[in-house]
Amino acid sequence: MHYKVLYMSPENKNYLNDINEIRSMMEQSSRFLSLSGLSGIFAGTWALIGAGIAHSLLQQYKAEIAITEYCSSGEVQFQYLGKFFLLAIGTIILALASGTYFTTKKAKENNQSIWSATAMRLMINLFIPLTCGGIFSFALIYHGVYGLVAPAMLVFYGLSLLNASKYTLSDIRTLGIAQLILGCTNAFFIGYGLYFWAFGFGVLHIIYGIIMYNKYERN
Amino acid sequence: MGLIDHINKAFENRIRLGIMSILMVNESVDFNFLKEQLKLTDGNLASHINSLEKLGYIAIIKQFIGKKPNTSYSATKIGERAFKEHLNALEKLIKNL
Repeated sequence: MHYKVLYMSPENKNYLNDINEIRSMMEQSSRFLSLSGLSGIFAGTWALIGAGIAHSLLQQYKAEIAITEYCSSGEVQFQYLGKFFLLAIGTIILALASGTYFTTKKAKENNQSIWSATAMRLMINLFIPLTCGGIFSFALIYHGVYGLVAPAMLVFYGLSLLNASKYTLSDIRTLGIAQLILGCTNAFFIGYGLYFWAFGFGVLHIIYGIIMYNKYERN
Repeated sequence: MGLIDHINKAFENRIRLGIMSILMVNESVDFNFLKEQLKLTDGNLASHINSLEKLGYIAIIKQFIGKKPNTSYSATKIGERAFKEHLNALEKLIKNL
């Protein structure tokens, strides 16, 4: 004779707790879970501002090129390349700084360290493809292939996220795939790089940041 | 066969359960990592590690990183099997509630 037990005996409740403990230990020890959605929102905002400034710089450049003599246009181009470079560096620094700030804050709330082994593993796996992407994009600029810079950045960033997603919140994987689709599409529509870039690094980051914030952080 | 036949006594303790859970998803981890994850004192953790090692569930790897001695731990084949059986038993128990 079997009797179905409809209430939880203390012993069974213990086994359920055991399973929860196993799950949380497996997750916490293999993934860095303190990534903050706010860092996504801020990174996206900096990217949009950066793209806006780049857009007006580009208009200025076109206007200036139109009125200068052909022989001095190389000099003008060089000057603008420098400005774009400074703009890119500024955007990256702001994005990294706000990302670090919000993630450190969230890690503190979760009693985690951003120097833990899981965080290190995440950083290493994110930055290996990302650094390659940076160098590759730089090489494209060096060779004057400007049209492929934005697609290359999007593709390498997408691959970096895909790789990093194994070591943090798995939602990052979808963001990576979205960036990859955008980058691959952009490769066939050269000349619209800035718009694709602004959508990928700006809009997608903000949308994702909001989704993550609502999912994991809003109490 | 009784429902609790495969419930492993070694894993009834929360700390040993935690150590095994961590070692199932990480190839090898060092002492400080376990201490940090499980929020334990040195002595407490060491005694549970010893008991798991005696059962042959975990292997201890001692090596030098530069000049510093470093001890890391990994799950053995026997340990992995025992843990999986324990998990299956837990699953069955809960399904039969």
